Amino acid sequence: MMRQTQVRLRAGIAGGLLSTAAVLFGVALWTGGPARAVMTGRTGEVLTYASPEELVLSTDGAKLFVLCQQSDEVRVLNAATYAEEKKIPVGHLPRGFSLSVDGARLFVTNTWDDTISVIDTKALSVVATWPVGAEPSSVVEDRAGKHLFVANRISSDVAVLNAQTGQEEKRLSAGRGASYITPSPDGSRLYVTHVYPNPTAFRTAPESEVTVIDAARAVVVDRIALRSIAGVFHVAVSADGRLAAVAELHPKNLVPLAHLEHGGAFEDTLTLFGADVGPKPVEVPLDELERYAARPFGVTITPDKSRMYVTSGGSQMLTVIDVPRLLRYAHLHPQPFVYDLSASANYVITRVAVGRDPRGVLLSHDGRTLLVANRLDDTISVIDTRSNKVASTVTLSGPKQISVLRHGEQTFYSAAQSFQGQIGCANCHIDSTFDGLNWDLEPDGFGRGIVDNRLLEDVKGTDPYKWNGGNPNLPTECGPRTERYFWRAENYDDLTLADLVTYIRSMPPRPNRWKLPGYELTAAEERGKEIFERKVDKFGNPIPEKNRCVYCHSGLKGTSQKSFDVGTKKPTDDSGLLDTPQLTNIALTAPYLHDGSAATLEEIWTIYNSEDKHGRTNDLTKDELNDLIEYLRTR
Amino acid sequence: MMKVAWKKQAWTVAACFLVLCAAAYGAVPRMPHYRFENFTTANGLPNNHVYSVLVDGDRIWAGTDNGLGLYENGKWKTFTTKDGLAHRAVLSLALDKRTGDVWAGTMGGLSRISGGRIDTFTQLNSGLSNDVVYGVSIEGENVWVATAAGGCKLNIRTGQWSLFNERNTPMVEIWVYGVSATPTKVYYAVWGSGILEYDQKTKVWDKYEDPDGETEIVLFKDQGLIHEITSSVSFVDNVLWASTYFGDSRYDGRYWHNFLTKDSGLPSNFTNAVKGVDANRAWFCTDKGLAYYDGANWAVYRPSLTTHKPEMTVRDAEGHVTKVPVTTAPAHNYILNIDFQGSDIWVATAEGLSHGILEK
Repeated sequence: MMRQTQVRLRAGIAGGLLSTAAVLFGVALWTGGPARAVMTGRTGEVLTYASPEELVLSTDGAKLFVLCQQSDEVRVLNAATYAEEKKIPVGHLPRGFSLSVDGARLFVTNTWDDTISVIDTKALSVVATWPVGAEPSSVVEDRAGKHLFVANRISSDVAVLNAQTGQEEKRLSAGRGASYITPSPDGSRLYVTHVYPNPTAFRTAPESEVTVIDAARAVVVDRIALRSIAGVFHVAVSADGRLAAVAELHPKNLVPLAHLEHGGAFEDTLTLFGADVGPKPVEVPLDELERYAARPFGVTITPDKSRMYVTSGGSQMLTVIDVPRLLRYAHLHPQPFVYDLSASANYVITRVAVGRDPRGVLLSHDGRTLLVANRLDDTISVIDTRSNKVASTVTLSGPKQISVLRHGEQTFYSAAQSFQGQIGCANCHIDSTFDGLNWDLEPDGFGRGIVDNRLLEDVKGTDPYKWNGGNPNLPTECGPRTERYFWRAENYDDLTLADLVTYIRSMPPRPNRWKLPGYELTAAEERGKEIFERKVDKFGNPIPEKNRCVYCHSGLKGTSQKSFDVGTKKPTDDSGLLDTPQLTNIALTAPYLHDGSAATLEEIWTIYNSEDKHGRTNDLTKDELNDLIEYLRTR
Repeated sequence: MMKVAWKKQAWTVAACFLVLCAAAYGAVPRMPHYRFENFTTANGLPNNHVYSVLVDGDRIWAGTDNGLGLYENGKWKTFTTKDGLAHRAVLSLALDKRTGDVWAGTMGGLSRISGGRIDTFTQLNSGLSNDVVYGVSIEGENVWVATAAGGCKLNIRTGQWSLFNERNTPMVEIWVYGVSATPTKVYYAVWGSGILEYDQKTKVWDKYEDPDGETEIVLFKDQGLIHEITSSVSFVDNVLWASTYFGDSRYDGRYWHNFLTKDSGLPSNFTNAVKGVDANRAWFCTDKGLAYYDGANWAVYRPSLTTHKPEMTVRDAEGHVTKVPVTTAPAHNYILNIDFQGSDIWVATAEGLSHGILEK
């Protein structure tokens, strides 16, 4: 079925070769006016897709709310017939939504607006828009209706708002890239996950956490450690509150990616915790030998705790798990068995093929129907939970054509191209950004040539690529390099590669939260800018041109697109000559330097610039270095 | 008849005299009595040298010379550098009452303990001005820090650091020993440079110095800060309490009052810390015992300097000193810090942590 669709798609794409070139030209001219990539049809039409991300049922079960990320809407469907009843415009790039406790309001987080849209569920209209923190990604109201908890991805915290006025009262420190909040069934606890790993020592396994918030007191009371995990998405908690499951990525970034054929890149796993599991969390694999459940995202547990369902965005499928068997297996087998890919056969009942990039998953109130939001198909898979088969597929209204950009995005979020379907671009570029990890990519021996994963957005016009500048353009970077080192599989066909590259080139940067439109630099930032642009050091000595910040980090994106030796070569590196990275949203992309050895911007200069080769900085006082960093955050 | 009347009168006068005498004898001010329970390594404290103590509801945090101790449900748990603590020696502690996070100033940086996770900020990995963090105080979303190289502020919402030193404040020395931050005023105790005041509304710095200079001779008593070498500061109810190594001060915004051993109940002029209860009451942590001042009278709690037996003395407003019999005392005379748990007190000393339980 999926293969047939691809054949049809490719036939259509082949027929549109010339128009593809026209689109490429058009995209090249595009300067990023609108904040989100505009979908352009092969015929030149501007196409806007719904891109359903999450699903929520109204309290009475009569309405199905669909969060449509690219069309900036909440769509209201009849929950029985799935007929579309209304489109409610919300803010830009919404990511999460949930009902108030009384069901009267629907809260929507708008990630690029930094707002929450409050929808009256009777009037089906937005009644308030509240400003919140940076990149709000999930929202939950407490049982008392007193507080609203909002996970902010950029500031890595949970804002606590007055649920009636939207006034922010405080922020609670969460994991890095805080994104998804799940309440316990009694509402007493909130479980918060995060998509980027917490800081750890250089070249050690990543660590993540489930931040546990006491909802009544609005304080963090625990952090459940997720060892070796980076990229954590939804949590599901059973109705009795005794079992929780976390959908997550288990990267193997400490060994060369050359070992993909040995399952060397990622495991797709669940961490289970709660009274049913015991005092320690247990990590269980979703993958099986030669078949991966790439990028687990949504997870839910049936009320009777017999089944668990997990969506895998990269594999376009839903995994159905027998919960009693899962728990029995976990109890009988000493940890860790996460690397045993034969384990999943003991508790996975079946895999159900769904649409492209399945995300949110929702059980009907009677538990008989499971809905899956297929983000890059604009469809909802309706699954009969008794047969575990797709009973029907609801197609949301919108363009029927697949544009170049859409096809590129589908390719980006698919793991189909890689060996055994293990990984896709989005594994390391979470939501088209980065993953906060450093990787051992090349087959040059263990621990050699370590590279930090750079931010992908706004990458257009920053060629060459790779830290050594070895790839002159994106078609090379995404084509032969990716195919050879990452996918270990056959090449993309030319049109798919062209579409993928077009999609990547179309990615605009997220708004810089330290320099929003109309923002004027603070005094500290102005002082930092002077340091960035200075030609003379504090002792009056001229700074050689190539040793000035602004020389290498020139232009709007902060890169001269040339390579330099800034004195950061490690014994494990072949060369010290490094491509100059762009400075776009540099504050978000820790760790730093080519190998990610600098945990913070400060460390670039306090630890790794002893020879003054990475700019003349050793004459600066601590205040002045802080000023420089304040300025860099505005780039 | 006259004789009888005279005798009656004499008895009445004598009775009144006795009543007055008794009243005079019983006029020892009612000062709080504590039963002290002391914690040392013998019963789980990480280290006996306790620099700082923090009450966090039912939990007690102890910053020691070898780790951060947490006393909860009758048991001690120790956090060390292996857990991510910036340094083994924890000099200062502060609680963010809004979030429940605890901030620890150490000899090697600033750590935040939040839900069991420890995040560390150092002069190398962050904007922190210096790794030796003597003091920390939370005000709203700002963490105010006193370090060996000036003061600084971390805005935990924006991640922005602001540094305060001789280049942008009236600070002469940059060795900052203590900080007390409130929504209206922030005070830094600067070792050798008096008290630095920051007005949050006007964003203007001011400075309070010893009017007779750095000398140990007090020429101008009650006319300013008692000495330049300040060790701590506490701003409560719009009243500033400041401790120095040469006496202590109280400032209400208009008038200064100085406290010296020679004319107060202070057991020593060498004061490590002061903590105000309100505008009139404060606790003083000295090298010769713990002192409490209720606005008029003083009480001192300590092991006797000579016999080491538990001792409590009360000094009334007229200067009369009375010994009060007690059976317990803080673990040591050298007091470093104090915090309050309802009517109880927790006292950091050089030889253990003491829990003072108020006796009714």
